[in-house]
Amino acid sequence: MTEERLAVVTGGMGGLGETISTKMADAGYKVVVTYSPSNTKWKQWLEDMRGRGYAFAAFPVDVTDYDDCAAKCERIHKECGPISILVNNAGITRDMTFKKMTKTDWDAVMRTNLDSCFNMTKQVMDGMIERGWGRVINVSSVNGQKGAFGQTNYSAAKAGIHGFTKALALEVAKKGVTVNTISPGYIGTKMVTAIPKEILDSKILPQIPIGRLGKPDEVAGLIIYLCSEEAAFVTGANISINGGQHMY
Amino acid sequence: MSKRVALVTGGMGGIGTAVCRRLASANGNVVVANCLPGYEKRDEWLAAMRAEGFDNVFAAEGDVADFESCGAMVRGIESQIGPVDILVNGAGIVRDSMLRKMSPSDWLAVINTNLNSAFNVTKHLIDGMCERGWGRIVNLSSVNGQRGQFGQTNYSAAKAGIHGFAKALAQEVVKKGVTVNSVSPGYVETDMVRSIRPDVLERIVAGIPMGRLAKPEEIAGLIAYLTSDEAGYITGANIAINGGMYMA
Repeated sequence: MTEERLAVVTGGMGGLGETISTKMADAGYKVVVTYSPSNTKWKQWLEDMRGRGYAFAAFPVDVTDYDDCAAKCERIHKECGPISILVNNAGITRDMTFKKMTKTDWDAVMRTNLDSCFNMTKQVMDGMIERGWGRVINVSSVNGQKGAFGQTNYSAAKAGIHGFTKALALEVAKKGVTVNTISPGYIGTKMVTAIPKEILDSKILPQIPIGRLGKPDEVAGLIIYLCSEEAAFVTGANISINGGQHMY
Repeated sequence: MSKRVALVTGGMGGIGTAVCRRLASANGNVVVANCLPGYEKRDEWLAAMRAEGFDNVFAAEGDVADFESCGAMVRGIESQIGPVDILVNGAGIVRDSMLRKMSPSDWLAVINTNLNSAFNVTKHLIDGMCERGWGRIVNLSSVNGQRGQFGQTNYSAAKAGIHGFAKALAQEVVKKGVTVNSVSPGYVETDMVRSIRPDVLERIVAGIPMGRLAKPEEIAGLIAYLTSDEAGYITGANIAINGGMYMA
């Protein structure tokens, strides 16, 4: 790497986001995390991270709000430097069957999981193209590939992300910018490991041929590969990391 | 990490050579490059590797289209070097023509070398990988196995078939620490591709959104990532590395 590249990780304080951020920092990237303005624990998180030796810059960004993304990305650019890598990782769930799903539940998931990709990527793409180098990594899900009962909203948003990836990849292929999707299966984040053990053992693990949850480290490792120079020819791809849960 | 033995079939070809170099550079792996029995450039290839400083690269002769030949080759490697931990099924040929003009021998040659080879080689190694609880198998598929290619009914069938093999075997060995994946490169800058008529090659490159061919080193980098410990949660996946040429 010629210079220290700046990576922005949305949802960077979440279960997966935290590991993505620390592993990318370990790999030599300068990492800026964004967190939801409703997150009240951000100070504590930053302090914990400093205790572990990570001096992250953090910005509250409402990824559902285009103008907020624009303002905050401008601040990031001014205070931290140009953004070379964007990991669109922020996401939420509002699970319920379609029959019971309200428009609010649908819209919340669409805005946070899919519109966010537009809102954030739009702020960084011109700069990446001008500098002739960029990596956009969109975090989708196995449930975007196979569909999941009770997740019409989430499955639609996560599948939509890869449509976005493919189209944008074509538009910027000649500019040194790659755009890819990763589709993790069930990962052992705090959210997933908080599921009662009997449900994990009886309902979730039997769906996973490898018989275990993925490690956040493993997902971070894939992202770091995609950020490398060597991965420059990988674009528009959707990479599954799911322990054999879904193959196509 | 312990020193691992990698076998690369077609290891002296354009992509195979880059894969051998890359795997031999990582963690002190020992790499065995397979070639056809009596391959006239074998010694020259090995000498070139030695000259580059790779004293951990060896050659093993065997016809991947012949089950018994593969068995003898693998037994030879096991007795002289050690059990194989990483297998890259890279051997491949083309016999392009439209189906209407394709002879049964053109069909069989491609199916034998590009698809039956996966059975012929893997069969002799898989028990050992499962017993030792660690293994990585990477099959070289192709963008033309994913999208089909005019004049390549044989090649497209074989390359699509090899991913079917990967998905099924991935499930059979998923609990044994063995992963099985495919990589699907687009057009790669090898001697084979460089020998295409300049005007035809120009048209091919014009059809690649990124506007260039892949470097063999880029394919090797992806394979090296898939054979790492960190990639242990990726199995049954087919990873496109095609400069945006085809997106699934």
